[in-house]
Amino acid sequence: MDTIVCVKHVPETAEAEIAVDSSGKGIKTEDLVFDINEWDDYAIEEAVLMKEKLGGSVTVITMGPEDADKTLRKCLAKGADKAIRLTDKAFERSDAYATAKILHKAIKDLPFNLILTGTQASDDGYAQVGVILAELLGIPHATMVKKIESKEEFVRVNRELEGGLEQVMEVKLPAMLAVQTGINEPRYVSIMGIRKAREKELKVLGLGDLGLKEEEVGESGSWITMEEMFIPPVEKEAEILTGGPDEIAAKIVETLKARGLV
Amino acid sequence: MTEILVLAEHRRGEFRDVTFEMLTKGRELSQKIDADLTAVLLGHNVKEFAKKLADHAKKVLTVDDARLEDFNAEAYQKVLSHLISERKPLLTLIGHTSFGVDLAPSLATELNVPLATDCINVDFEEKKPIVVRQVYGGKVNVKASLHTSESYIVTLRPATFEVQEVEPLGGEIIEIPSPLKEDIPYKKFVEYYEPPAGEVDITAANILVSVGRGIKDTENMPIVEKLAGALGGALACSRPIVDKGWLPSDRQVGTSGKTVKPKLYLAVGISGAFQHVSGMKNSDLIIAINKDSKAPIFRAADYGVVEDLFKVVPTLTNKILEEKKSSS
Ligand SMILES: Cc1cc2nc3c(=O)[nH]c(=O)nc-3n(C[C@@H](O)[C@H](O)[C@H](O)COP(=O)(O)OP(=O)(O)OC[C@H]3O[C@@H](n4cnc5c(N)ncnc54)[C@H](O)[C@@H]3O)c2cc1C
Ligand SMILES: Cc1cc2nc3c(=O)[nH]c(=O)nc-3n(C[C@H](O)[C@H](O)[C@H](O)COP(=O)(O)OP(=O)(O)OC[C@H]3O[C@@H](n4cnc5c(N)ncnc54)[C@H](O)[C@@H]3O)c2cc1C
Repeated sequence: MDTIVCVKHVPETAEAEIAVDSSGKGIKTEDLVFDINEWDDYAIEEAVLMKEKLGGSVTVITMGPEDADKTLRKCLAKGADKAIRLTDKAFERSDAYATAKILHKAIKDLPFNLILTGTQASDDGYAQVGVILAELLGIPHATMVKKIESKEEFVRVNRELEGGLEQVMEVKLPAMLAVQTGINEPRYVSIMGIRKAREKELKVLGLGDLGLKEEEVGESGSWITMEEMFIPPVEKEAEILTGGPDEIAAKIVETLKARGLV
Repeated sequence: MTEILVLAEHRRGEFRDVTFEMLTKGRELSQKIDADLTAVLLGHNVKEFAKKLADHAKKVLTVDDARLEDFNAEAYQKVLSHLISERKPLLTLIGHTSFGVDLAPSLATELNVPLATDCINVDFEEKKPIVVRQVYGGKVNVKASLHTSESYIVTLRPATFEVQEVEPLGGEIIEIPSPLKEDIPYKKFVEYYEPPAGEVDITAANILVSVGRGIKDTENMPIVEKLAGALGGALACSRPIVDKGWLPSDRQVGTSGKTVKPKLYLAVGISGAFQHVSGMKNSDLIIAINKDSKAPIFRAADYGVVEDLFKVVPTLTNKILEEKKSSS
C-alpha cells in the first residue's frame, strides 16, 4: 500500500490566550506553539500501521511555511519515508479550495493507492481539503473514518455518524479517506528520533515547480474571502466563583445544597 | 425566480433535526431576497415522507431511487449536481453533518460553485452570501464572503438555528425522475453498525462529573472518579478521553456521543467545543472548572471556576464528603 498523508502544521490554542492581529483577518501567532494537527496525527499513524502490515511506502505532504518542517520531520520519525513541503508567497490567503488545488498538483503524478487526511484542521476547521482533493483527482472518498480494513481492490471503512452510530462503506481504490480521532493510538516520538529522521528526504516545491498560475491560488484562486476576524460577543456568561480553593469549594457546596443535590 | 434549495437529511426513516433548522433559516433568507424556498428529498419510497416537508417549503422535490435509500455521497452527488445544474439555485443549504461533510466539498468542486462550510450564520448582501463561522475551537469568529458566482453552497452547523412555529407553506410536491442511469461503481453502503452498550448509562444519571483533556494523564483519573463518587454521580467525558482509551465510548458526551440532561453537569478541564456543548447544554445546572478564563465552556455554564483543577477538585471532593457526613 502506497499512501500519501496530508498534514497541517497548526497552532495549539486550547489553553492559549488568543488575540486578533492588526490586519483584523488573523490571530497573533508569535507566542503560540505549532504542532501537527490532532487529526493528522491519527492519519500518519494509520498510514504507518498499514505500511508495517502490508508493506509499501508513506509520503507526507504539507502546504505551509518553513516552520512546518517540524511537523514533517515528526512524521518522518514516526515512519514516513519521504516528505514534501509546498510553499510560495503566492499561496498566502489560500482557502480550502486553493489549498486542495495546490496539493492536487503535487500529488497527481505520484504513485499511490490511498490518500489520508484528517477529518478537519483544528484551527480553521473547514473539513473540506481532503474531499476537494479527491474530486480533483477523480477518486472516491470517505470522511469521518473510524476504522479501515484493506482488501485487494477496495477498503472497507466505518464512517462515524452522529450519536455514536457508524456506517460501513466499501470504497474502491485508489481512494481518499479522512480519518477521525480515536481510530488508533498515535505513537510518541522522541527528540532523538526526530533528529535521526533528518537523513530522510524532505523536498520543498513552489508555484513554478507545480505548474500553477498565480491566479489559481491565493485569494484569487479561492472560494472565500475573509472579511473580518473577531472575538465572539458574549451572550451569556457563567457567574465566576472566586476565592481560594476552600472558599470556591464551599460556594459550590452551598449551590448544590440549595438545589438538594448533596 | 431566484431559488434557495435545502437538502433534507434523513436516516433510517426519520428526518434529522438539521433539516428543519435549515428550512427555518432558508425561509428567513427567501423572504429577505424574495426567493422561492424548495426542499429536496432524496430517498426510496419517500412519498408520504415528503408531506412532512410541504409545510416548511414552497416546493418539495423528491427523487425516488433504491440507491438513495441510505446515504451514499457518490449517489447523492450525482443527483444533486444534476438538479443544481438544471435549476441554478442561488443558494443550496446542506447540513454540516457526517453526511454533509462527505458530500458538499466534492459537489461544489464538480460544479465549480463556491462553498462555505460549518457556518453559524448566513446572510445576503446584494445577493452575495456572507457567512459567519467559528475557528480555533470557538474562541474566534470569522466573517467571510463567497466569490461572485451564479450559485453558492453553504453548510450549516446543526443545533444552531432554532426551529420556529410558522404558517404552513403547503408546498407542492414534485416528483423528479431519478437521473441515476448507470451504476454507483465506487462506493457501496454495506450496513449500519451500532457499538455495543456498556454498563453505565450516562443519559440516566442525575449527576454527571465530566472530564476533559485538562486531566492530562490517565493516572489522574481517580481525582475525578472520587468527585463523582462523593456526589453519587456517574463519570462522563469529552471525546479525547475516549480517543485515548481512558474511558469507554459510551461515556462520551457530544454530537458523536450521548446527549445528556442531568440535574448537575460538572465539567472539569473541558474547553467547551461546540461538538461537546451541544450534548450537554440543556442540563439543569452546569458548573465548569477550567484554568482558562476564555474557555468557551464558560458561555454554556451557570457557574464557573477559573482555577487549576488539581487544586480545586480534591478540595471540593472533601467538602462534599464532609457535608454528607454532617447532614447524615
Ligand atoms: C480566505 C482565507 C484566507 C486564508 N489565508 C491564510 C493565510 O494567509 N495563511 C495561512 O496559513 N492560512 C490561511 N488560511 C487558512 C487556510 O489555508 C486553511 O488552511 C484552508 O482553508 C484549509 O482549511 P482547513 O485548514 O480548515 O482544513 P480542513 O479542510 O479542515 O482540513 C482537513 C485536512 O486537510 C488536510 N490539510 C488541510 N490544510 C492542509 C495543508 N495546508 N497542507 C496539507 N494538508 C492540509 C489535513 O489532512 C487536514 O486534516 C486562509 C483561509 C481562508 C478561508
Ligand atoms: C465530527 C466531530 C465530532 C466530535 N464529537 C465530539 C463529541 O461527541 N464530544 C466531544 O467532547 N468532542 C467531540 N469532538 C471534538 C471536539 O471538537 C473537541 O476537540 C473536544 O471536545 C475537546 O475536548 P476537551 O475540551 O476535553 O479538550 P481541549 O479542547 O484540549 O480542552 C482542554 C481544556 O482543559 C483546560 N485545562 C488544562 N489543564 C487544566 C487544569 N490543570 N485545570 C483546569 N483546566 C485545565 C484547558 O484550559 C482547556 O480548556 C468532535 C469533533 C469532530 C470533528
